[in-house]
Amino acid sequence: MTGLRVFAVVFVAALAQAVLVSALILGGGAPDVLLLVVISVGLLRGSVPGAVAGFLGGLVIDLLTLDTLGLSSLVLTLAGFWAGRYGETTARGRRLPALLAAGAVTILAAFFAAGLRYLLGEQVVVQQALVSSLVPTVLLNLLLALPVYALVRAAVREPERAISSSEVEVVV
Amino acid sequence: MSERLGEAEIRPNAQLHSDVVPRGRSARSGALGVTVRRIPSTPLSSRSSGALRRRLAVGALVLLSLILVTLSFRSGDDGPLADVQNAGATVLRPFAVGAERVAQPFRDAYGWADSLFSARSDAERYRAEVRELRQQVIQNEFALRESERLREILDYVDGPRFPADYRPVVAELIGRPDSAFAQAIVIAAGSTDGVRVDDSVVTADGLVGVVTRVTRRTARIQLLTDQEAAASALDLRTNVLGIVRHARGTRETLVLDRVRKRDRVRRGDEIVTAGSRVGVLTSLYPKGIPIGEVTSVGQTDTDLYQQIQVDPYVDFGSLDAVIVLVPQEREE
Repeated sequence: MTGLRVFAVVFVAALAQAVLVSALILGGGAPDVLLLVVISVGLLRGSVPGAVAGFLGGLVIDLLTLDTLGLSSLVLTLAGFWAGRYGETTARGRRLPALLAAGAVTILAAFFAAGLRYLLGEQVVVQQALVSSLVPTVLLNLLLALPVYALVRAAVREPERAISSSEVEVVV
Repeated sequence: MSERLGEAEIRPNAQLHSDVVPRGRSARSGALGVTVRRIPSTPLSSRSSGALRRRLAVGALVLLSLILVTLSFRSGDDGPLADVQNAGATVLRPFAVGAERVAQPFRDAYGWADSLFSARSDAERYRAEVRELRQQVIQNEFALRESERLREILDYVDGPRFPADYRPVVAELIGRPDSAFAQAIVIAAGSTDGVRVDDSVVTADGLVGVVTRVTRRTARIQLLTDQEAAASALDLRTNVLGIVRHARGTRETLVLDRVRKRDRVRRGDEIVTAGSRVGVLTSLYPKGIPIGEVTSVGQTDTDLYQQIQVDPYVDFGSLDAVIVLVPQEREE
């Protein structure tokens, strides 16, 4: 059931990213809500759910934009996995892990995507892709990281189980 | 005694096992004299098996992504994966159209707020332009009549002209590039509407791009601002020919390339598609589609050609709907 909710959140984020968010260009860059959702899923649910969310989100966005199938999936799978591992290990007990993960993963994902497209023979203008648009994108992602994280947490949170026990053990 | 006990307590377990306790028995059982054997630890603990499962799952997803990229890239528009993608795009189309309708008011609000900053200066500029254009319209009307009369006299044969020789297919946008790398859009019209690869795409303002991929109900448009897009163009005032392409390092600025130094191009000149034919190769774009206005002209001693910047008429960042030009001769 939680898996279904995660998929629904990722699907809505991919739709919003393809239809609306990528057109909101501020200072030369646009926020990447799908990436933020995948990072949040990774932080909240772990590395494997993060990777699966990234894969499915990438697949939806590649289908919607008729882009090379699998390209976004590859980038987002690794982004979700990395965020998940970060949440499982280093981020424990830290304040605002979503903020740090959003900044780091946005930069890494941009470089990785640029490298992939270069390997596929696409003309990538490094200055535009990695300087002009990356800086505002990182700033916008940092701005949206905490609200998106809070929304995803509210959407994919597991229901709290009632503790019922007939016996009480006294621990001294 | 207590000191000796203290010493014994701080001895490492390994030492305790090797010196005091027989192998296969814990220190506790050894001390108590119990003959119960320890359960030997499994070679793969639950922690390491969890890590292995995690790596396998992610490895499988990465491998699957790489297979998809390879198949999609190598097979292009004809392979089996293209059919899957077409089917997927068709299934997702209603969701995208619905999301577009929901997003439209928000986009309008954003556009309205954005336009407020430049509203006053824009209004002033538009008033001046209207005065200038009103005079031009009258002159153009005379020129058109004269041109038609001369064509009839000369029995002039021309290529397809925009917009008379094309059937417009108006389509809503349902997808935009999700990164800085892809300058493309997806529209809610496809092969069932008569759209084919290489059809030109315009708006009321001017040239947008060309169709690069078509499914039954959707199509992908490569924008003129893409690194790989180019259009043969001419200066409307002087008929100087060149190639319009994206200016590197900018988001939406174009350059008119391949214009010789002796050719005269001025700031404010209007650039339109040339629709030229070189040998058997014909330009994808029909003649006469407005592209933009020259904003700067420069040249250096080392360059062969002039450096001409063109500000496109189309605002590529706020496209809502576009018109695909379907040649009428194809439909006959």
